[in-house]
Amino acid sequence: MNLFAQGFAWIFDPANNVGPNAIGVRLWEHVWITLLAVAIAVVIAVPIGLLIGHTGKGRSIAVGVSGGIRALPTLGLLTLLALAIGLGLGAPLISLVVLAIPSVLAGTYSGVEAIDRVVVDAAKAQGMTGWQILGKVEIPLALPLIVGGIRAAVLQVVATATLVAYINAGGLGGYAFSGIANQDYAEVLGGSIVVIALAIAFEIVFAALQRLAVPAGVSAGSARQSRRSTRSSAPRASTPVEGTHP
Amino acid sequence: MITATTRRLAATIAVASAAAIALAGCSSSDPLSSGSGGDSKTIVVGSQAYPSNEIIAELYAQELEHEGFTVTKKLNIGQRKAYWPEVAKGSINVFPEYNGNLLNYLLQADGKDTTTETTTDGINSALKSALPSDVKALPSADASDADTYTVTQELADKYDLKSIADLSKIGGTISIAANPEFATAAYGPTGLKAKYGITGEVNQQNDSGGPLTIKAIQDGDSQVADIYSASASIKTDKLVTLEDPKHLVPANNVTPIVSKDLDSKAADAIEKVNKLLTTDALIELNRQNSVDQKSAASVAKSFLQKNDLL
Repeated sequence: MNLFAQGFAWIFDPANNVGPNAIGVRLWEHVWITLLAVAIAVVIAVPIGLLIGHTGKGRSIAVGVSGGIRALPTLGLLTLLALAIGLGLGAPLISLVVLAIPSVLAGTYSGVEAIDRVVVDAAKAQGMTGWQILGKVEIPLALPLIVGGIRAAVLQVVATATLVAYINAGGLGGYAFSGIANQDYAEVLGGSIVVIALAIAFEIVFAALQRLAVPAGVSAGSARQSRRSTRSSAPRASTPVEGTHP
Repeated sequence: MITATTRRLAATIAVASAAAIALAGCSSSDPLSSGSGGDSKTIVVGSQAYPSNEIIAELYAQELEHEGFTVTKKLNIGQRKAYWPEVAKGSINVFPEYNGNLLNYLLQADGKDTTTETTTDGINSALKSALPSDVKALPSADASDADTYTVTQELADKYDLKSIADLSKIGGTISIAANPEFATAAYGPTGLKAKYGITGEVNQQNDSGGPLTIKAIQDGDSQVADIYSASASIKTDKLVTLEDPKHLVPANNVTPIVSKDLDSKAADAIEKVNKLLTTDALIELNRQNSVDQKSAASVAKSFLQKNDLL
């Protein structure tokens, strides 16, 4: 039996599906801490991103700071925090929030910045206040990129949440740690396969959310529509060129 | 359409070949194969990637150099799985080992159960028959670097804990902060139940008795921690190692493993150093290394000088 077959056999072994270390329990812990960390990151980073995008100020600071914290090694941060505030869920949660913030922040401010200034000016010309422009124009138009940022953050956090088990705070990473220590490589691989499957499931969900986030009026500009429109507009575009030649 | 498909195909090929190159990089050549220890006059001394083990290797190496041997040091070579084949085939001639853990490693590699011996003598005689033909064990030092059941001074005072048996005074399930391998080891919760009748569960920390494991008992997340008996933190963090009257944890004395054809004068030099190694001496060496941040080489040098061996 090769290692992959052993990995899958490990997942479906009834012995690994009972008790406090059951795959289902660890999977649920993993999902829970991933979503919680990303939710906190969204609450922190989206308002800041919107502010930067709306005002156009502070962009270089945000790029610098989020780039800087992106480079923090999560395992080191986790150990440091656990020694400072104790073992438990606090330290891993903060570490994962720090990991998730840069992607969400970047998605948000670049989403607002990417909006054609003409659209914002038109809204202003209609007499919209700053808050109305933000709520009715900028957020809806930036939403696909904001969701894209959250999607990237979820992917990073779901993979990195394996480290939570380093301080025995749950999640699917414990299988890798104990598998390596006990030279049980089927356990390492089986645990990893579950993490990969979870990451793919999150990707599918967030890809769908990202498509849903495109506002109705903008869908004409989405990929499938624009390809059709370029093809149909091609012959029309040639007419004026011909017309210029006498 | 055709261009899109071609482009996608090209991208797939690019990614696949990049992955192939990256994976090829993983199968790197054996780092030990370079600079073979073939020279008969050169003694190759190795050590694990474990600071305390490196200090002991430095002690042996510096004493051998002092006695006029040419020594090559190959320190910091990972865990047993990485270095043992090199020791067994003689490309490393001297290696500071630990008798209990080495015996269990050799038994498991042979597909046998781990040893039921717990005393130094019992383990050493079992080790003698388990060792491959080209190597031999020199007499063990007093110093032991074994797994322990260790508690904080505070908890020891509160429940008057002296031995592992006293843990029953705490009542309920005892939480033990330890590495994952502790959960499956014979001296883990299974053995605790069998020998002392105490129920234990492992709070899996992964830093080998490091700061997180100690944090777990200091904060009361666990009652007991698995701290290696030669760890400096037993002194610096004021921890109490519980006695083990029923020999739950096997002895793990520092035991030099050497090539069978090692010069007898070289073996004498190693034994001379080994006689000085008590657990207290080893703790002090580890403390100078981990707390005072002195290098393994300088810690070893001052120890040998202090004992008039250099």
